[in-house]
Amino acid sequence: MIRTEELLLNVGPQHPSTHGVFRIIVKLDGEVITEATPVMGYLHRGTEKLAENLNFTQIIPYTDRMDYVSAMTNNYVLCHAVEKMMGLEIPERAEFLRLIVMEMQRIASHLVWWGTYLLDIGAISPFLYAFSDRERILGLFNELCGARLTYNYMRVGGVKWDAPEGWIDRVKTLVKDMYNRLDEYHNLVSGNEIFLSRIKGVGQYDAETAINYGLSGANLRCTGVQWDLRKAEPYSLYDRFQFDVPVGKNGDCFDRYQIRMAEIEQSLRILDQALEQFPGDGETMGKVPRVIRPPAGEIYVRIESPRGEIGCHIVSKGKAEPYRLKFRRPSFVNLQILPKLLVGENMTNLVTILGGIDIVLGEVDC
Amino acid sequence: MSENDNREPEGQPEASSSPVASEPTVEPAQVESAQTETAQQEKAQTETAQPEPATTDTQPAAAVPSEPEAPAAQTEAPATQAEAPAAQEEAAAPPPARRVETDEEKAARRKAALEAREAAKAAAAQAAAQAAQAGTDGRAAAKAGDGESSEGEEAPPKPPSPKQPLLDKVTRLLRELVAEDAVEEAYINEANDHLPTLVVKNERWLQAASLFRNHTDLQCSYLRNVSGVDYETYMEVVYYPLNMDSRECYCVKVRADRELPSVGSVTPIWETANWNEREIYDLLGIDFPGHPDLKRIMMPDDWVGHPLRKDYVPLDPEV
Repeated sequence: MIRTEELLLNVGPQHPSTHGVFRIIVKLDGEVITEATPVMGYLHRGTEKLAENLNFTQIIPYTDRMDYVSAMTNNYVLCHAVEKMMGLEIPERAEFLRLIVMEMQRIASHLVWWGTYLLDIGAISPFLYAFSDRERILGLFNELCGARLTYNYMRVGGVKWDAPEGWIDRVKTLVKDMYNRLDEYHNLVSGNEIFLSRIKGVGQYDAETAINYGLSGANLRCTGVQWDLRKAEPYSLYDRFQFDVPVGKNGDCFDRYQIRMAEIEQSLRILDQALEQFPGDGETMGKVPRVIRPPAGEIYVRIESPRGEIGCHIVSKGKAEPYRLKFRRPSFVNLQILPKLLVGENMTNLVTILGGIDIVLGEVDC
Repeated sequence: MSENDNREPEGQPEASSSPVASEPTVEPAQVESAQTETAQQEKAQTETAQPEPATTDTQPAAAVPSEPEAPAAQTEAPATQAEAPAAQEEAAAPPPARRVETDEEKAARRKAALEAREAAKAAAAQAAAQAAQAGTDGRAAAKAGDGESSEGEEAPPKPPSPKQPLLDKVTRLLRELVAEDAVEEAYINEANDHLPTLVVKNERWLQAASLFRNHTDLQCSYLRNVSGVDYETYMEVVYYPLNMDSRECYCVKVRADRELPSVGSVTPIWETANWNEREIYDLLGIDFPGHPDLKRIMMPDDWVGHPLRKDYVPLDPEV
């Protein structure tokens, strides 16, 4: 008589494939997962609580540390919310700079995802490709604001620093090179038989489930739902540019992979246009009162981060500090579907599915 | 760093009247207390009288900015008056004698300061009156515009919000299909892209939520965000349901008693509410009856208290 026993396995919190300090307790029957329970909070810093004692300019660096792979979009969502509350006007040059850095950030973020995802699955060299290109983007950010990851670049009313001499041209060169690099990536990975057999049909769900779970970003679009906030509810200057929203149809890891790769291309397209139209001169800060005090009221502002809908809900009582500041973090919301996807899957697919969701723990725990 | 000089502007009148060495200590204190008073008033007003701050809120709003400005302008004149004797005194009298003299000086200066203060008060009152006449119009518009209150009842007749029909539709549906008293408040939040905002009665919330989800005219299948807010007198859970096809979004608020806050769980309706509700329970202590697995999500399981509550006191003295 062969007797099998359920095995309880702790994955994380210190496991490289969990992309941070994420822990998941899985119950295994042989190699098949029968139950998965995510445990979070290892990186909870209480950003929302801290923010209640800080003025809005002081909160911006905290947003850098939420989704540290995509700090620019986090900067933007906070500034955008406050600007909207105060009805501020942003100089065009500043808005262009913001849009350019956000799209560069999207590419950098997707490159991190691409590299680490393949690393999860067992391919090491793509990681090196991705990071060498990402490093170029970070280098440009470094030139712009003196930081590689936590930029603290945007301000309520504009941006802190103007682009240095020749910066726009260097971004143009980068964009041109990236098209070629993208082709190289596809040659290297996208048609690989082993890779495809690992991700095709894995972690599949339909549009209804995705919407019910409130997924956003590539996780939602892989099911065929055309929902990108840059198109659906345009903010910043996105309505001025031509770009497509790539969608999948099977809702599996392969579609998510393709969408993210296509999004890099679309971001390059946006960058092409934005760099062409970039105003030659102008202010980088709008007219902002010395103390930023949004009028009493409430606002919920959302933008499309590389991971989906990042939202900022501010309750103001007319003070320099927010009365309540809540971030809707796409990683946190997207991660909810994980236990459902894992049940019945083979243990080896755990990292495939988790990686496919693309989470950043700084944002999950906030 | 520009943000470092983002200090409160209340500091300005103090600085400008600093030549009057000893007395002005009274003045800033007064200004401060006046401000905290108005702040308290404001707080009380926004808390108790949320429906109609369009009229009530503007008063402190008009008074606050004019107050620090007026004393700053007014104290300059008496300051130079007081400065003159001070300069004479420095030139003529040796340091020890000066101390004796200051008593008389003090009295004189006190008088001057008193006059200045009265003048400042009068000026502030005048300025406030003026502001009430002219300047507040814009402010009132902005104030009401941020959606604290009912649609648009301020002086210049505004075109009705483009989202007004949407709000009316939802309000009507809720009143007809859920209950007559289901909607406690309904207004347009203009600052937030004219977001239709509703306050739904706590007991009716679950019915209302399934109406939002399932009714053919609403079909808000996507719940984009759930937030919890501690308003010190009550708790509030804010939902943002969205219809992805028509791109209609709403803001629905449900209020709960602060002592034992409880709001029906919408996890069976929108699965995405699951972790959001757990987070709100964890950080604000709001109970969600009907939730499949309501336990802490961010803080450790043995944590005492709910950190995002306004009255939260950390147990650990080192924190």
